[in-house]
Amino acid sequence: MSSRPEVQAPPEIFYNDVEARKYTSSSRIMEIQAKLSERALELLALPDDGVPRLLLDIGCGSGLSGETLSENGHQWFGLDISQSMLDVALEREVEGDLLLSDMGQGLGLRPGVMDGAISISAVQWLCNADRTSHDPRLRLKAFFGSLYRCLARGARAVFQLYPENLAQRELILSFAMRAGFAGGMVVDFPHSTKRRKEYLVLTCGPPSISTSVPKGKGEDGESCSEDESSDDEAEQTVCISDRHRPRKKQKLTKKGKGREWILRKKEQKRRRGDEVPLDTKYTARKRKPRF
Amino acid sequence: MRLLTHNMLSSNIKGVANGFPLRIEVEKVVEKKVDLNADFLRNIFPKIEWKAFAEAARTLGYAELPEDADSSFLDSDDFLDKFHHALLELHLEEGALICPETGRRFPVNKGIPNMLLHEDEV
Repeated sequence: MSSRPEVQAPPEIFYNDVEARKYTSSSRIMEIQAKLSERALELLALPDDGVPRLLLDIGCGSGLSGETLSENGHQWFGLDISQSMLDVALEREVEGDLLLSDMGQGLGLRPGVMDGAISISAVQWLCNADRTSHDPRLRLKAFFGSLYRCLARGARAVFQLYPENLAQRELILSFAMRAGFAGGMVVDFPHSTKRRKEYLVLTCGPPSISTSVPKGKGEDGESCSEDESSDDEAEQTVCISDRHRPRKKQKLTKKGKGREWILRKKEQKRRRGDEVPLDTKYTARKRKPRF
Repeated sequence: MRLLTHNMLSSNIKGVANGFPLRIEVEKVVEKKVDLNADFLRNIFPKIEWKAFAEAARTLGYAELPEDADSSFLDSDDFLDKFHHALLELHLEEGALICPETGRRFPVNKGIPNMLLHEDEV
């Protein structure tokens, strides 16, 4: 059986009391969630003026991601379909409000009120049809349509997600575009299987400079070890670039080998009886660039 | 659930043209103190539907808010205090939200409104 929770049971059943508690008591998951939400918040690119914004957390679960939002001073409310997860959130006394709601039924919010939305590892659930009445396409359409309406102009929505395959990614992206969003995928660490994280960054409103998609982390072959978070993840991922031995340092400098070196070599060749040009003031001089 | 959230929520039952504001049925209200942040209040003020907000606050038993408000009120500390208290400190703990058009009841338990729709309402 696959380890993906999406294929095991519908979310409201999979995240039962036991699973919800397990999810929230694991320090590893908590840390990963906090990191993901930190990055999602960064991608939201809220104006840096210290004013708290009203944010929406879709699939807030036990409020791990909401905690990051609170730490950054923002007001938020979250929705989730699993009552057990929300119960754990209540126990943890999260600061935001919680709603028991299904994102596939559309968000019941007034138009243009939210300053941003984040969602950590949730949107891929929409691609499953858990009941006969569920049609993933209709659910995605309802979700993105209602999200577009409730966001303020120019606001962003950032979803961290785990698409199962290429088709799923395309499906999600195409419905987001159809709802009127601009934006695309941002992939952090595309070269690493485990650290690879995908974010769907969407902007509400007509395309402009601000709707351009930010760059992912570690995209241009930047080695894993350069990242500040590498200490704790070093056991999870093997860093290939570290396996190579360091190359011998080449002594070559810009100036070349120098006059002494050339004179010594010429002397050696003369002793061997080779024909060698005379030593002049031009020996070992650099040619002019126009040559 | 705070009134901030209530002011953003609307009923999204299929066929409902205007699902805002949801009526409140009160069983239990609690107060939780939080720090006042004037920047946030100024930022959120234009987005609040004042009439619905004042009405909801009255339903929860807080009648200090003026009937009408405009952005010039925001300079007064007294107004900010009241606004803050009603918006962020009053919690509807037990009760229900009721769709203004269809009368559908969304129960609120432990402060969490159950907004799940039945299959025929989607």
